[in-house]
Amino acid sequence: MIYQLPAIVLLLTLLAAPICSMIRNGDIAWKLAVIAAWLSVAASMALMHQVWGGNEISYHMGGWPPPWGIEVRIDELSALVLILVTLFGSLVITVLRESLRTAMRSHRHSLYYTTFLLCMASLIGITITGDAFNVFVFLEISSLSTYALIARGRDRRALTAAFRYLIMGTIGATFILIAIGFMYMVTGTLNMADLAVRLPEHADNRVVQASFAFFIVGIALKIAIFPLHYWLPNAYTYAPKATTAFLAATATKVSLYVMIRFIFDVYGVEFSFKQMHIDALLLPLSVAGIFIASLIAVFQSDVKRLLAWSSVAQLGYMSLGIAMVNVAGLTATVTHMFNHAMIKAGLFLCLAAMIYRLNSSHIKDLAGIGRSMPLTTGAFAVLGAGLVGIPLTAGFVSKWYLINAALENGWVILAVMLIISSLMAVAYIGKIIDVAYFKPAPAQHKDVKEVATSILIPCWIFALLTIYFGIDTRLTAGVAGRVAETLLGVGL
Amino acid sequence: MIAGLFNYWVVIILMMAGLYIVMSSRHLVKKIIGLNVFQTSVFLLFISMGKISGGTAPIIADGFTAYSNPLTHVLILTAIVVGVATTALGLAITVRIYEAYDTVDEDDIAEMDIENENKETAVSTVVAKNT
Repeated sequence: MIYQLPAIVLLLTLLAAPICSMIRNGDIAWKLAVIAAWLSVAASMALMHQVWGGNEISYHMGGWPPPWGIEVRIDELSALVLILVTLFGSLVITVLRESLRTAMRSHRHSLYYTTFLLCMASLIGITITGDAFNVFVFLEISSLSTYALIARGRDRRALTAAFRYLIMGTIGATFILIAIGFMYMVTGTLNMADLAVRLPEHADNRVVQASFAFFIVGIALKIAIFPLHYWLPNAYTYAPKATTAFLAATATKVSLYVMIRFIFDVYGVEFSFKQMHIDALLLPLSVAGIFIASLIAVFQSDVKRLLAWSSVAQLGYMSLGIAMVNVAGLTATVTHMFNHAMIKAGLFLCLAAMIYRLNSSHIKDLAGIGRSMPLTTGAFAVLGAGLVGIPLTAGFVSKWYLINAALENGWVILAVMLIISSLMAVAYIGKIIDVAYFKPAPAQHKDVKEVATSILIPCWIFALLTIYFGIDTRLTAGVAGRVAETLLGVGL
Repeated sequence: MIAGLFNYWVVIILMMAGLYIVMSSRHLVKKIIGLNVFQTSVFLLFISMGKISGGTAPIIADGFTAYSNPLTHVLILTAIVVGVATTALGLAITVRIYEAYDTVDEDDIAEMDIENENKETAVSTVVAKNT
């Protein structure tokens, strides 16, 4: 049972999905989905327990030893991403029933849960697999289910957003496929650990260099690294309310995980940074992304779109950590990946609760909501503080490491710029908080009531986790620090 | 040189043609066609690299020693399935876009969206003035 855990964590959601599609009753399908999702949380916690301290699990699918068979490989980094995907996915799926009730006719609900579970299963698959081609296949499954989820949004612009994402996402995935093809051409293997051994011999080969270029562009499209973020704001804005929380938490973060895995493990630090100078490309793009996206966020009047632009800026922080090429920087990237997933999912969930009552996400309609929905707005304020990076919240921990990393490289100007960019986050989050607490509620929203407890509890779980991970950083920064040391090949 | 790498030249031409169609055409269905051409070029790339000169189909038989690499074919079977699913989903979304907008031209859709947004802000300012 313990030995089979790596397969079980994937199969739980992957098998629950088709069963859900066969159940016509939305309520039963939801119960099944919730049980499968929370069981996978337990499984990923157990896996984290097994790899804690720097162990690795190598599981052979079907008993075929690698490099012939498909290997499932779990280390602390993948276990952390696994917890991120399953925990935050499960929290969202728990409120999904309440959120869907008004949005969709009930006989369609079970299909929606199916798509959601498929997306979750494929993200788990990307995280645990040790096979490069498997990454492509799972990436495409997750993208396809994401397009379908976004297209279910109520506004018709959700359709164009989904279509745009489909075009961009498919180009990105096909680029990754080309990269994998080139790697296979040179080395004759698809196993990631095997590739890592064989690629350094061919570092001067033009084919390997081309594959690196294709891979970086393809995965950057999926992560939405500035300036390839074109699809993200609309996709997040028009996706169904609670689903945005799931997408913002998981999809881009798992793509970022793939990027870290390939840059550091498969291609290797030597090749990626010393020979291809990926840091010289990522550094200016990340800084530009942080500032431009934050600036755009400040001037948004739709809160959902504001948070979407803020996501582009926050992804800039994560890629910036990679570009620093030191332990503190990579620690910041991995920590912020987890923390931002938690904070942004919580913010979108609180916003979903507000939209549920107000039927609008325009900032004017949020006026006075701090008095009519005090609990939801309270959670929103705590999470907003986390996004800004106020001490004792999770956001502070990752920004702390990031600024430390900048100082370690002697880039004082960059450290100052990071603090300025945090002030921009104060501007856009403060704008919402100001309206929510200090403006009188408009007449049509006088009788707005607090949402159901079943939605409030997950909102507050996110808010409390944000505070918890601001104080106890063993799971986030602790793991991230060990992972960074292993990936960069120092300290061990 | 050109004759020896004939397959790869075809791959490059198809790839560029496909990408160009995706980027340049305003018609959503044409975009999907371009995407298909682009993906097909990658399928050809994989199939070409599996071919071994003088190799036969990978079925063990007397008198044959060289076999083509079957792995790339298997990979591409999976990729074709992914491609078909993407096309199907893309077309399904296009149908829904046509129902919602009565057009499948990207520029017209963008125009209608902007018009809509202007109307929405106009309405909300009126409401704000009244209250």
